[in-house]
Amino acid sequence: MTTITQRRGIGASLDRRDGPQKVTGTAVYAYEHRFDNPLYLFPVQSDVARGRVTRIEASVAAALPGVVAVLTHENAPRLADTSDKELAVLQASDVAFRGQYVAATVAETLETAQYAASLVRVSYDEQPHDVELRADRADLYAPDHVNPAYPTDTEEGDFDRAFSSAAVQLDETYTTPMEHNNPMEPHTTVALWEAGDLTLYESTQGPAWTRGTLAQVFGLDRDRVRIIAPHVGGGFGSKMPHANTVLAALAAKAVQGSPVKFALTRQQMFSGVGYRTPTIQRMRLGATQDGRITAISHDVVEQTAKTKEFAEQTAVATRTMYATQSRRTTHRLAALDVPVPSWMRAPGEAPGMFALESAMDEMAIRCSLDPIEFRIRNEPEIDAETGLRYSSRNLVACLREGARRFGWASRDPRPRARQEGRWHVGTGVASSTFPVIRIPGSVARISYAAGGRYVVEIAATDIGTGTWTALAQIAADALDASVEEIDLRIGDSNLPDASVQGGSSGITSWGSAIFEAARVFRDLHGHSPSEGDRAEAGAPDNPEAANYAMHAFGACFAEARVDADTAEVRMPRMTGVFAAGRIINPKFARSQIIGGMTWGLGMALHEESLVDARFGHVLNHDFASYHIPANADSGQFDIAWIDEEDPHVNPMGSKGIGEIGIVGSSAAIANAVYHATGIRVRDLPITPAKLLR
Amino acid sequence: MKPFRYDRAADIPAAVGTLARERAGVFLAGGTNLVDLMKLGVMQPDLLVDVRRLTSAEIEDLPDGGLRIGAAVTNSELAADRRIRSRYPALSQALLSGGSGQLRNLATTGGNLLQRTRCAYFYDTTTPCNKREPGTGCSALEGCNKDHAIFGASRHCVATNPSDMAVAMTALDAVVRIQGPGGERAIPVTELHRLPGQEPERDTTLEHAELITAVDLPPLEFSSNSGYRKARERASYAFALVSVAAALQVRGGLVRDVRIALGGVAHKPWRAHTAEDALRGAPATEESFREAAEAELADAAPLPDNGYKVPLARNLMMRALLDLSGGS
Repeated sequence: MTTITQRRGIGASLDRRDGPQKVTGTAVYAYEHRFDNPLYLFPVQSDVARGRVTRIEASVAAALPGVVAVLTHENAPRLADTSDKELAVLQASDVAFRGQYVAATVAETLETAQYAASLVRVSYDEQPHDVELRADRADLYAPDHVNPAYPTDTEEGDFDRAFSSAAVQLDETYTTPMEHNNPMEPHTTVALWEAGDLTLYESTQGPAWTRGTLAQVFGLDRDRVRIIAPHVGGGFGSKMPHANTVLAALAAKAVQGSPVKFALTRQQMFSGVGYRTPTIQRMRLGATQDGRITAISHDVVEQTAKTKEFAEQTAVATRTMYATQSRRTTHRLAALDVPVPSWMRAPGEAPGMFALESAMDEMAIRCSLDPIEFRIRNEPEIDAETGLRYSSRNLVACLREGARRFGWASRDPRPRARQEGRWHVGTGVASSTFPVIRIPGSVARISYAAGGRYVVEIAATDIGTGTWTALAQIAADALDASVEEIDLRIGDSNLPDASVQGGSSGITSWGSAIFEAARVFRDLHGHSPSEGDRAEAGAPDNPEAANYAMHAFGACFAEARVDADTAEVRMPRMTGVFAAGRIINPKFARSQIIGGMTWGLGMALHEESLVDARFGHVLNHDFASYHIPANADSGQFDIAWIDEEDPHVNPMGSKGIGEIGIVGSSAAIANAVYHATGIRVRDLPITPAKLLR
Repeated sequence: MKPFRYDRAADIPAAVGTLARERAGVFLAGGTNLVDLMKLGVMQPDLLVDVRRLTSAEIEDLPDGGLRIGAAVTNSELAADRRIRSRYPALSQALLSGGSGQLRNLATTGGNLLQRTRCAYFYDTTTPCNKREPGTGCSALEGCNKDHAIFGASRHCVATNPSDMAVAMTALDAVVRIQGPGGERAIPVTELHRLPGQEPERDTTLEHAELITAVDLPPLEFSSNSGYRKARERASYAFALVSVAAALQVRGGLVRDVRIALGGVAHKPWRAHTAEDALRGAPATEESFREAAEAELADAAPLPDNGYKVPLARNLMMRALLDLSGGS
């Protein structure tokens, strides 16, 4: 269904249109929208993990000069819909996790609001809490489905028989810790409630979603709610509406007519705006002596919140990666007294592929095969999950091209065989994959304006990914115009609806809408339109989705150096080769992949949210102690693309690349660390403490 | 943040005098640690007396061949000083391994010495902590303690001093010059920081309103053969898991003299006297270095999560000494 005949926009490494604004500090983020006399909100958070608020003493706080309001569950405006417990802020006295908002101060300065919040005294009827995820819990349960709508369990063939009779077996458990999204820009809302209309200047991955959610929660018509988000400083899955947004809107309702500003502190970003569940993953692989996989099982234990279920789809990639005659995948959840886990950087694929691709490395070694050859031997013909052919699948080409670029051929497979100075040096490889996701509901409007310009409108966002430019490139090709003729308008829910910028789905979903709107525009107005001509159209369903399994694939290679004295791990170089259809803007794509592989580096070596079960909240809730990679941690990145023509995925022929960079890269690093040291670390992150002997 | 008053004194005696009258006041220099702690509500002073421009920002040569570092010298300036780099390389290396470029540009010599110990529970006002609220208990003792002390801790506190600079100064026999309400005094840097004992709320031996005015580095014949090595979980902008500062003098294959200090292992920079004593006169060999390191670590008392610090400290000491002895 690719309809491009001549490309003028797609494929060009254009600079970002918003680049000059960003580097001069004039791109306006949520907190920076200017108002006369704004008010500032600071939350009071629960310091018990479960129980009930029995008393709130707020008179001292309320009496502070400059304090306008102190909101509690006793006096906050009522919400119309409290069915989503995560969003039912200050509606009841019960406390479901430590860090929950139990009050908020609103004041004329941020400092006053913060000080006032510290003076609010909250008494609790504290109940015993339970925040510990273990695989041996008796109360693990199978959810109805896993995110967003995959089956919880799958079974092909007779796994037990195939595994027990396999010549080569592996049965190992891999774990990943709780991790927090931590975009650079904290979650921020400026809320204004005026004459029955609610306007939010919001740091969000989805203006339309946020509008719909706020309208529902407050019982407003959708057209009374407006979300403005021209620039967003990262989201990583966490910038969907959470309790913080509702709290700001509640305050705005309480103080009618005054804008209320609420930006989370870094510490506050470790409770209540999502995180990745810890995972406990038992992997079993069976193979013939010559390395043909006969049995795979992937059994996942992870957590959710008692208040609301989120089931990470950790084993889903295992359903499609490799050929086998038997396969079993399961997901089991423990519901705990914790904040609601949520989407974070390739939910499902990132932790799941750490386990699968570590296990594949271990299994290749047990079969005395090169790990690339082992993967190639188990390349499937069709997608076992759906029984469909792949619209395109170039994993093998990625592995081979990556091996060539990385210099894999000269690798001595023996672990701990290479030492340079005080460094143990090792290399590792892993496969990557990410599905082509199209979220329905996006609509684009195209108008012909004075000066021969096409105005393209869609309520998409740019969370740092390059949307401002990439959609203009797509619109140019859709209209057979030049990129310079396109005026793009995004980042405002008053524009035609757009799906959320998540699941690496933005370009597919929005680009499909733009192509459809361009087709309708040309049908209506031809190639010589008049000023004021316009057309609006939604992204159609993709009929090819019934015929093909659609996934991007890739291969990640890593060189690890492990200090012989300190066990510090350094990554001087990583290579990533991806087959992701047509690349809209190679420059941005390279940045996306470098970012994604750096996420993988952080996941492999650094990131871990530490919870003290006695208290129930994250202790290392700042960047001094929750480590993400610093510049000095990232070495050389060699990024390349396999030319892939996929006429089935969407009109652009593109596959989402926002998240695939993290998938597999943590396993490639773990495999490289094993090769360097002979030590297999199966629980992330790989810290010196786990390697020191 | 709790409201506070800000005072910029005219000179050091005035600053000391002002603070002496204000029990709930503190000195402010670079503020890189204090302001963070105030934002978090961990420290809630009523008065800040700004001494940033009062103490010297110069590094002076002393008649005995040593150097006097004014308390207001920034970490960046100190690390870059040619005399420090050539005569006390361990100090320059320690400084450059600390914080970030931005922090080092703001942080001062006096302030670096007075940064508070690190512990997640100390930084989190919602959990018990004897250092923050004496008598409430030590949460780290039976909690997350991977970053905590293996030497000199008490049941009241197991936090560690995070300074890199102070570890190098400890190895280099630095002397801290102090001015207070009672006049001037000078103490070895090893006597500035203290072990937690019964009073974990006290990080140092300074009395209220005492101000660090300078740090003296005495001449040390072999201090040019010194180095600092820091192990950390990421390549920059991370506190030490364990660090070592060492200076070594070898004559005829024997250790003539040596200085060793460890960071990340105790409530104060840890001078490794046991290892030093074992090494003086011993052959400058890997075996001697290992034995000395193991002798020092014989008294280590690791917690459930930080046993890795014992082999790490041993390896770091051995590597530092081997590097300084020209060995491999």
